[in-house]
Amino acid sequence: MSDSFNLEIVNPENLFLSLDNVSEVVVPAFEGDMGILKDHISIISFLKPGIVKVFTGNEVKELYVEDGIIEFSENSLSILTSRIIDIKEIKKDDLSSMINEANETLKDENLDDQKRFIANQKIDVLNRLN
Amino acid sequence: MASLDDLKKRITSVKSTQKITKAMKMVAAAKLRKAQESAEKGRPYSDKMHNIILNLSKNINDKENAPKLLAGSGKDNVHLCVVMTSDRGLCGGFNSNITKKAKSYFKKILDSGKELKIVTVGSKGFDQLKRAYKEHIIENISFKESKNVNFFDADKVGKMIIEKFEKGEFDVCTIFFNKFKNVITQIPQEQQIIPLKSEKSDDKNDVINYEFEPEEDEILNNLLPKNISTQIFKAMLENSASEQGSRMSAMDNATRNAGEMVEKLTIEYNRSRQAAITKELIEIISGAESL
Repeated sequence: MSDSFNLEIVNPENLFLSLDNVSEVVVPAFEGDMGILKDHISIISFLKPGIVKVFTGNEVKELYVEDGIIEFSENSLSILTSRIIDIKEIKKDDLSSMINEANETLKDENLDDQKRFIANQKIDVLNRLN
Repeated sequence: MASLDDLKKRITSVKSTQKITKAMKMVAAAKLRKAQESAEKGRPYSDKMHNIILNLSKNINDKENAPKLLAGSGKDNVHLCVVMTSDRGLCGGFNSNITKKAKSYFKKILDSGKELKIVTVGSKGFDQLKRAYKEHIIENISFKESKNVNFFDADKVGKMIIEKFEKGEFDVCTIFFNKFKNVITQIPQEQQIIPLKSEKSDDKNDVINYEFEPEEDEILNNLLPKNISTQIFKAMLENSASEQGSRMSAMDNATRNAGEMVEKLTIEYNRSRQAAITKELIEIISGAESL
């Protein structure tokens, strides 16, 4: 267990996930996917819509996040997000409603580039899951 | 003196009131447990958020170019007060405590010649404030439809506040809510959320040198609006736990008072019944004597 670290995923309503034997986490950081291993340098970054992959031993957990902030320091990783869903538990209906939601946002003409990018990214990821 | 019939009616009516308050107390107790639980569950998020922002702001060297949500607009003229209350009554001093606190703050602001704008969350606060501060209230939000406190409601309020801030409609934003201490005590709180009050950060000397991706400013710009929503969400959670706690103790008191009243009325009822009997006896006896 020497190469494992702590992971905490929290959303506003509760502590979504707390593990202490994670070997690797891949997060969809804003400037590209980022793999985090033990003894990573302390970092703060934020996420775009995408899939968080959590590796524990031989198991891989995949979670869909809509946004969030990650903080890694002293071998503990915190992910703060407002919406997170386990891919296995995701339902087709929810997916299509989320895609519609994102499409609605895109219709807004005054959207700035960053928001447009995030919405596009969201549709992309959701379509892949669909 | 009330007739026997009237007394009897009153006793029954007080008893049925007692039943209602007792039931409300039970419901509040059950809801309180749930509200308290979610308040506790919500704590890690806001704590972590707070920590990250603290770390970030420590790492920002260029204080003058810091995001406006952190540093403020540089002025102190227009104050926005968000008064968070409940949508339902019958919860003791819960709503009045918040509005009392808010009113004293309003007075301070108005006395110093500054402009005041009020947003009320929850219909009870609006009811209590509209008489004296009608012209200051710019918005009234109520979440009567949502059963539980949820983040999306808080997010709506947060986004609205940020929008107004970006339009330059106010300079300082303060929220008012009740902090849940225990079932009997709830402490009305005022908390300034824009600009963010930096707390004494000197007690923690171990500043971690973080790597930032992308730049600090960009992260802060992304994070600060979220923090506003988070703070509001936290306030809403605290408020809902406080509301239930306050209602529970208020209903407990009401039940006890009703019990006392039933006792008093029963004694009065028995006395007047006895008096009536005695009167009848006297009439019979004196009637028999006179024969």
